[in-house]
Amino acid sequence: MTLLSVERIKLFSTRSPYWCLASILAAALLFALLMGTIEGGRQATTYLSQTGLQIGMIVFMVLAALAVTTEYRFGTIRVSFLAVPRRPNVLIAKTVLLVVLAAVAALVCSFAAFFLTKALASPEVPLTLSSGDDWRMVVGHTALFALAAVIAVAVGTLIRQSAGAITILLVWPLLLENLVQLIPKVGRDIHNWMPFTAAANFVSPGPNAQVFGQALQAGGPTAVQGLLVFAATAVVLWAAALLVLLRRDA
Amino acid sequence: MIEVKELTKFFGKTLAVDHLTFTVRPGAVTGFLGPNGAGKSTTMRMILGLDNPSTGIALIDGKRYAELHQPMTRVGSLLDANWIHPNRSARAHLRWMARANGIKEHRVQQVLDLVGLTEVAGKAAGQFSLGMKQRLGLAGALLGDPEVLLFDEPVNGLDPEGILWIRTFMRRLAAQGRTVLVSSHLLSEMAQTADHLIVIGRGRLIADSSTREFISAATRSTVLVRSPRAGELQQLMHRNGWSVQAQDGALVVSDTPIEQIGDLAAASGIPLHELSPQSGSLEQAFMQLTGESAQYASHWDPGSPPTGGVTDPYAMAGALPAGAVPAGAVPGPPAGPITGTVTGAAPGTMPGAVSTTGPAPTDPDGM
Repeated sequence: MTLLSVERIKLFSTRSPYWCLASILAAALLFALLMGTIEGGRQATTYLSQTGLQIGMIVFMVLAALAVTTEYRFGTIRVSFLAVPRRPNVLIAKTVLLVVLAAVAALVCSFAAFFLTKALASPEVPLTLSSGDDWRMVVGHTALFALAAVIAVAVGTLIRQSAGAITILLVWPLLLENLVQLIPKVGRDIHNWMPFTAAANFVSPGPNAQVFGQALQAGGPTAVQGLLVFAATAVVLWAAALLVLLRRDA
Repeated sequence: MIEVKELTKFFGKTLAVDHLTFTVRPGAVTGFLGPNGAGKSTTMRMILGLDNPSTGIALIDGKRYAELHQPMTRVGSLLDANWIHPNRSARAHLRWMARANGIKEHRVQQVLDLVGLTEVAGKAAGQFSLGMKQRLGLAGALLGDPEVLLFDEPVNGLDPEGILWIRTFMRRLAAQGRTVLVSSHLLSEMAQTADHLIVIGRGRLIADSSTREFISAATRSTVLVRSPRAGELQQLMHRNGWSVQAQDGALVVSDTPIEQIGDLAAASGIPLHELSPQSGSLEQAFMQLTGESAQYASHWDPGSPPTGGVTDPYAMAGALPAGAVPAGAVPGPPAGPITGTVTGAAPGTMPGAVSTTGPAPTDPDGM
């Protein structure tokens, strides 16, 4: 608990987390506004109300990676290890704090986005949180944000440089996973099981749903499988980060 | 107490620290001396558990740093004053360190007062001058009121006032019975601060002795005498059994108080044109000890003065700004070899000349 409050002081005594959190909320609300007003609100769905959360998650990963890499950039990681020489405790405290923050941010943003779109949507397509799928599409972002935070902390710890870590965290979900599709024959299948693509299935309406008149991709993992793939990625990367942290000179 | 036993560190194939063994005792300032790249910082980082030793072990009060409970209450350290987040306030910087080591919140204010940063405590530390950052680093080291303190080159880049302040601070900490280890590449600086010296070069132990012993072994205090009747004076001195040598038309007298030489000349009515204590050989001695072990030796010979070093203080002083004659050049009590330093002797008079980094051929203290 002590170490959590240590990390909390560290995180919130700098400016970038505030900016990142504000822009995550702004992205969530902006897309919710857009989806609620397109065609007079007749296209609004629970799924579409959450569009901004996908960008929000990437912004949160930047925040989480920076929480680690700025410590390396300014040498404060050494002060951290002088204050807390048991290095796993530092990494655990940092990870837990960012996981909690990620979950809270996702919860606030996803509900804010849902209710904004719901308020704007046409009465012909009422948005409700009735089925389990509805809840999963909204609250599911909480789990994804939390796991994304773990991935970002791990990448930040492994790479140590802000620019490098952020590049990886942007290129991987936005570009790399899509490029995999270009591999002949198996590309499509691999793509569906890549961590971020698989994770997206956890908050998507399901294989038979249509978005703007187009069917979502068929095949690939189910919602729960998608979450597990993402979680496994987070665990593997985090374990690697811990191992490296222990062996490396600070 | 700090115990370093057979400590060795390889960076790849480079041997940075080579089977280093020494002990740092409480109640004294121990200087950790060596040229740049000798392995001082690496050793300190290994003592503090930041770097993993290749072999050997470093213990603080019998335990490895990583085994200490709330280590900042046992060991305070300032390795690099720039290890701060530029957007974080000084107070926040100290607050998280205090929280991590179970130190009460009011102690943060206490150490801020102690180092004189109270008024700027809310400011982002990135706006601090180097001197202020050093003070913040010192505040961090003192936060847990530790018994053991380590400072790595604490006066590097500071102005004379800052140097004096840090030096006084370290002496006071040792006087309180704490264990203080201070690294430096300046023997002249250490001579004024440290009671005991651990000298290393290329990662190996060169000397481990009291400062007084080290300096008297490394240097002999001499007095330079110029007189139009030098021959006569030399004979008188010989008769008194003093050790005297003629050198470039002047006399160099060893191991004799400067007052006695002056009195002798006056009693015999011999006019003196110059009577000055010679202390420059201190840095030369250090160079000889560590010169072979300096990691990056310059192959450029600046053309040293014919007598080598500082036998003529005015030749040396001429290379410095006007008014910057080292205090030690003024005849004083028996040549304390340490009085000839520019850095600490005249605070505030010539900050521009205080170069504590890099070799400057004309600066007797700028080793």
